[in-house]
Amino acid sequence: MSLVIDVKNLNFSFGSGALTQPVLKNVTISIHKGEIVLMTGPSGSGKTTFLTIIGGLRQAFHGSVMVLDQQLINSSEQVKVKVRQQIGYIFQQHNLLKSLTALQNVSMTLEMQNRMTEQQRLDRAAEMLKAVGLGERLNYKPDQLSAGQCQRVSIARALVGQPKIVLADEPTASLDKQSGHEAVTILERLAKESQTTILLVTHDYRILDIADRVVELEDGMIKER
Amino acid sequence: MNLVAWIYFPARLAWRQLIFDRTKLVAATCGVLFACVLVFMQQGFRDALYASAASAPVKLNGDLFLIHKQSEAMWRPVHFPRSELMRTLGNPAVAEVYPLYLGLAPFKNIETRTKRTLMVYGFDPDSVIFDIEDIINMRTALRLKDTVLFDEYSRPEFGPVRQLLEAGRNVTEIKDYKITVIGLFRLGVSFAADGNIITSDLNFMRIFPDRNLDAIDLGVIRLHPDASIKQVQAELSSQLNEFVNIFTYDELLQYEKDYWANIAPIGFIFGFGTVMGLVVGLVIVYQILFTDITNHRHEFATLKAMGYEHSYFIRVVFASAFFLAILGFIPGYLFSLGLYHLAESQIFMPMPMTFSKAMTVFLFILSMCMTAGFLAIHKLKAANPADMF
Repeated sequence: MSLVIDVKNLNFSFGSGALTQPVLKNVTISIHKGEIVLMTGPSGSGKTTFLTIIGGLRQAFHGSVMVLDQQLINSSEQVKVKVRQQIGYIFQQHNLLKSLTALQNVSMTLEMQNRMTEQQRLDRAAEMLKAVGLGERLNYKPDQLSAGQCQRVSIARALVGQPKIVLADEPTASLDKQSGHEAVTILERLAKESQTTILLVTHDYRILDIADRVVELEDGMIKER
Repeated sequence: MNLVAWIYFPARLAWRQLIFDRTKLVAATCGVLFACVLVFMQQGFRDALYASAASAPVKLNGDLFLIHKQSEAMWRPVHFPRSELMRTLGNPAVAEVYPLYLGLAPFKNIETRTKRTLMVYGFDPDSVIFDIEDIINMRTALRLKDTVLFDEYSRPEFGPVRQLLEAGRNVTEIKDYKITVIGLFRLGVSFAADGNIITSDLNFMRIFPDRNLDAIDLGVIRLHPDASIKQVQAELSSQLNEFVNIFTYDELLQYEKDYWANIAPIGFIFGFGTVMGLVVGLVIVYQILFTDITNHRHEFATLKAMGYEHSYFIRVVFASAFFLAILGFIPGYLFSLGLYHLAESQIFMPMPMTFSKAMTVFLFILSMCMTAGFLAIHKLKAANPADMF
């Protein structure tokens, strides 16, 4: 199996000079294609920071971060944009565009890809929403949906572009136990079907069962469980 | 990426975000509408000023015109000797020449007895100097002592002259000199004068006893039909004294307009008003776009995390600015159309809504919105996904 994420000796700190606050210390982790990896750890342990570096949202300067064969350390904006486009991101809040319907929100992912016609995009988005159990609510706007439903829309949005990697930052944090579990089960099922790699940050121990592997980040250092 | 998708997708997102919050959209549109109406009115008044300033020369019937070099405009002429006009007759191409006498004088309202200044034109009743049918028809009658024609388009402060004439009350005073109004004609008011009176040259001298027939204000020259106006103009200007300007019809109009645009501060005032309207609109639109970006920064950051490039959001902002320009301009145009009609009926100034004026104002509004968009895009930097999650 090939490596989709290969991080070696990643160091990252906030601030500069005397105020330097190290967040990640010598983080090394490799994730294979199709693997579902859960990363746990206490608040402030640098989980989200790690995720934003992998996702090409934050620039790191020391170590090596290979994502989909692209080096993200000291990378250009183009490289980061290219990596982002191949990654599905699921956020703590659903972060849907509140002026768009569920269908339009999911289509936003596909609008970056020019290969499709408008109809193909809408069909594909509708299909994806059916897969997350929202086939009946295509034209609802976020404020007409429950938090769990919104999070499922954002899962559909992350997966509709058939990304090679899905990064999820505490996707169940704003959900109750049942809808949280529902959401990650759907995520797991769809990811397994399409051989998508998932790196999921959480401190929700109720969802550990979906993982192939659980790693713990504590004080900026990785511990395999 | 093809061009349609390049602008269509961000424009569509901008549109969907705009129409999502109707209340804010209405407020934003009102801001643009306000600027739009302000600019339309300033432009309208300015053009009305130019049009009415030139309303008298528009009706003058001649090929070349002599005016003293020190005359800044027709309403404040400097006299020059009639002999100067007569000298032009030496040119074989000149068919006939006629002097025109101009003067501002108070006219006593027949009903209320209040006095108000208007413009008095004195001309030789043998000539067809004005291209106005009522004047041509009444030429013979004007030969009578102390008779005048009154401009029906004068401001209403001069009294309901038509009704008064019909009722037989036709005697009043100009500059305390008793005259009889024997008819009406239509010319139009200008910024220089609220009304007009036309009379014969001899009657003019009776109203203005300090004037004499040898000191004229404007010379009207008519050429033989086959003569070249430009050529005769060149010949005459080399023969005449330096203190006169010799203008073609178009040059005379331009001279009048230039006076109001440049020498009188009025042209500047309306230009300034236009700029101020645009600045106010610019600030309003900038505020709207700025707040909009601030409110949407989480959404933009999300899209950025999904792989949208920074330039996409710049296009979203400019598309929003464009839509605001259109949405504000359409009601602004209709509203201004109504105000133009109101102005025409209330202040008796010609305020036509021409296509070119509408286009000019639209371009003003569009550039205003685009500038606001340009100023607002720096706020997009706030939409940084790394700081957001």
